Amino acid sequence: MYTTDQYEGILAETVTLPGANGDWINAFFARPLGKGPFPGLVLAHHMPGWDEWYRETTFKFALHGYATITPNLYFRAGHGTPEDVAAKVRADGGVPDDQAVGDLAGAMQYLRSLPFINGKVGIFGTCSGGRHAYLAACRVPGFDAIVDCWGGNVVMPPEALNEKRPVAPIDYTKDLSCPILGLFGNDDTSPSPEQVNQHEAELKKYGKDYEFHRYDGAGHGFFYYIYKAYRHEQAMDGWKKVFAFLEKHLSSRAN
Amino acid sequence: MCTMIVEKVKIEGSGKGASGWFKLEGANVSYDHPFDAPYEHALNIDFVNESLGPSARVAVELSESAARALVQTILNVLEQAEAGGHLAHR
Repeated sequence: MYTTDQYEGILAETVTLPGANGDWINAFFARPLGKGPFPGLVLAHHMPGWDEWYRETTFKFALHGYATITPNLYFRAGHGTPEDVAAKVRADGGVPDDQAVGDLAGAMQYLRSLPFINGKVGIFGTCSGGRHAYLAACRVPGFDAIVDCWGGNVVMPPEALNEKRPVAPIDYTKDLSCPILGLFGNDDTSPSPEQVNQHEAELKKYGKDYEFHRYDGAGHGFFYYIYKAYRHEQAMDGWKKVFAFLEKHLSSRAN
Repeated sequence: MCTMIVEKVKIEGSGKGASGWFKLEGANVSYDHPFDAPYEHALNIDFVNESLGPSARVAVELSESAARALVQTILNVLEQAEAGGHLAHR
């Protein structure tokens, strides 16, 4: 916990790294200054893109002691304002799951290559990023904890599957290799409370280490102070749960 | 990207974006998360020219009722134009 007599320094900058298929993509990277060791964290940005909220959140996790990297999952769509790029991706039906997973794996490997990481790397995502984070944590070895905030389309009916999204993430649950924290709003429609229940049942079925919290009076995206969806009380409690979970599973002291 | 409901249509015309007027080549219509409108999902229309890059975009984000009213209004205006013989030149 920060106290006012501490030295604090953060380095935050754009970096590049090899993502899916070895393609070079850019990423926003923020880390505490010093030799560490620090736990690592990969952020999977949401549908509105590699936007200011995600760059702020990257910085926020760094303030809390995590070397945090947010790859630009929309890099291949071209460049412009985050909204314009995200609108193009939205029109194209999103990015392919394999590509997103490859980019997130690349970010994890980038962190693991650094000399100041404590050997543990988590992943955090919201909205489509929660879904992408879940896919990565199930399909790629090397993540030690996952935080899924209201990831939609984890549960998918067969008719919703397509070339870009050929497998419902819930069907990878048996392969999940790390503990998961899930935060959801009971007024959300994607994922709906019923879908969250299905996801939880699948985690229970395979004996996974999970912690799900459901909030009344909250819908989709209740952390986003930039949107009307923001719910102060639920968001503050949710952030406490996020930091407690990450401390438990990624801290050098706890392990 | 939570509903994934989107359709693209080729269109002709001009749009005025942040850098001025540009030639339109398409419209992307989605019912998904908006960037600004205060709804979880909105009827989003992006008038675009992809050959000019992601920034060649004129965006609107509408409530469902606004979108339906807009569609009906466009049809009404076109009907009046047709009745007045104004479409004969095309």
